[in-house]
Amino acid sequence: MKILVCISKAPDTTTKISFTDNDTKFNETGVQFIVNPYDEWYALVRGLELKESLGGSVSTITVGPAASEPVIRKALAIGADNAVRIDAEPQDAFAVANMIAAYAAENDFDLILTGKETINYNGSQVGGMIAAIMDQPYVSLATKLEVEGNTAIIERDVQGGKEILEVETPLVISAAKGMAEQRIPNMRGIMAARTKPLEVITPAASENLTEVSSYSLPPQKSEVKLVDPENVEELVRLLKEEAKAL
Amino acid sequence: MKTLVFVDSEDGHLVKSAAEAVFYASKFSSEVHALAYGEVDSSTLAALGAYGANAVLHHAGLNQADPVKLSRLVAAAVNETGANCVLFSHDFTGKAVAPMAAAKLKAGLVTGAVDYPDTSNGFVVKSAVFSGKAFAHYSVKTELKMLSLLPNSINIEQGSGEASVSAFDADLGDSRIVIKEVKKQVNESGPVLTEADMVVSAGRGLKGPENWGMVEELAKELGAATACSRPVADIGWRPHHEHVGQTGIAIRPNLYIAIGISGAIQHLAGVNGSKVIVVINTDPEAPFFKAADYGIVGDAFDVVPKMLEAVKKLNAA
Repeated sequence: MKILVCISKAPDTTTKISFTDNDTKFNETGVQFIVNPYDEWYALVRGLELKESLGGSVSTITVGPAASEPVIRKALAIGADNAVRIDAEPQDAFAVANMIAAYAAENDFDLILTGKETINYNGSQVGGMIAAIMDQPYVSLATKLEVEGNTAIIERDVQGGKEILEVETPLVISAAKGMAEQRIPNMRGIMAARTKPLEVITPAASENLTEVSSYSLPPQKSEVKLVDPENVEELVRLLKEEAKAL
Repeated sequence: MKTLVFVDSEDGHLVKSAAEAVFYASKFSSEVHALAYGEVDSSTLAALGAYGANAVLHHAGLNQADPVKLSRLVAAAVNETGANCVLFSHDFTGKAVAPMAAAKLKAGLVTGAVDYPDTSNGFVVKSAVFSGKAFAHYSVKTELKMLSLLPNSINIEQGSGEASVSAFDADLGDSRIVIKEVKKQVNESGPVLTEADMVVSAGRGLKGPENWGMVEELAKELGAATACSRPVADIGWRPHHEHVGQTGIAIRPNLYIAIGISGAIQHLAGVNGSKVIVVINTDPEAPFFKAADYGIVGDAFDVVPKMLEAVKKLNAA
């Protein structure tokens, strides 16, 4: 089983979000970057578990400048065999998908795994786009994945419940909660990660179909209105009459 | 603008976000075509006219949500209608189909739109990013625009009128995806969490799974769905599908009641789109109070039963 896991760099979940350059750039000052949790906890770890039970290899791929290398090394420390970095600034989902698809098309992977979305752009786009570009099936929001022979058996979240489906490989899957449990890299993994292969390649020619023209922040919440615990009826009255929420 | 709206259905009913998406499209389009599939009555589809649909294309033969076939269906419908904009709901089906359709048609896609597109200078869509902590204003550079609407982001109005419904039996080809089984989530009471107007959520402050009775009762009395925080799902007090937050599901109900949840930033990221937030917590320093509209500093075991009584009284009035 040859598995490719897409790894994205994301700001730590506790990051306070602000912008610079007239609200056109995310302010990275003091921000701690991590592997996007959906990529790490679910896609990467499930990929490693499949490799451990079925044999094969797990490669990671990241579109990003050299500043992405610490999170790529983290993915290697958790257990990926080798990594590829496409040397480009990720700006548009289609362009990113195009670059990854161009690499994947030359390397015959049985499975391409992504997280269900990144926690910074929340797009849920790249996986489906890779699949469409490569003319492969796409299964989104998978919560379970088993592989028997050439068949992937998947459970995924759908409207109103879960769906069980079977797809012959190769295919692209986006991973959601339930796929696997987070793994903490051990010292041996961290040491080994330093010498694992990290190949840097130039991006395939790609076009940005969208661009961020600016960012904005939600309006500040006004002060909370506290209600006396002895007067819960007042809360219900406020919810009905003032907030019109009941 | 001529807009094609992909509408999803479940058990013969259109999902709640279908009317929302059609209404949204009607606000910036001169013509709205809805695209439906599966076993849905013509009269149900025609009723989308009341939200602004002019016409509905219906592929009755396809009754499973195979994203490969659905993306081909969307491409065929764009061709059929000459649409220059395609709209999805940013829900389970939309997340599966929109990126495939966009890449196939090489259309710029913005997912998770929270407001109407700004067409004063190009086509700019405001979308929720950084897990609800900020917005990005995306400019779509292609002729064909694609976007998906975050459910419960706009207020809709029901007008009158019926849309014309016509069969659209495009050839969707083969797919390697074989859907074996669909397991419906059984909700004994209350609406589906992602579609609910009201949500009652609880966390570790409830001390144990045996204490959820009052949460469920309050939810039932309100007609609300139940939810929980991540630690509660992780220790198995509540099922994972109830976990809301950054790594669980994100919801945007009109009313979110948080009981015994401290309000870690990761939890807030999943609920900060809620219109009204009520927090009940014993700790006045709980960060959740900073994100709340209304709060009670008090013991859930005292406050929740009283709230249940007050809601019962209101419902009886």
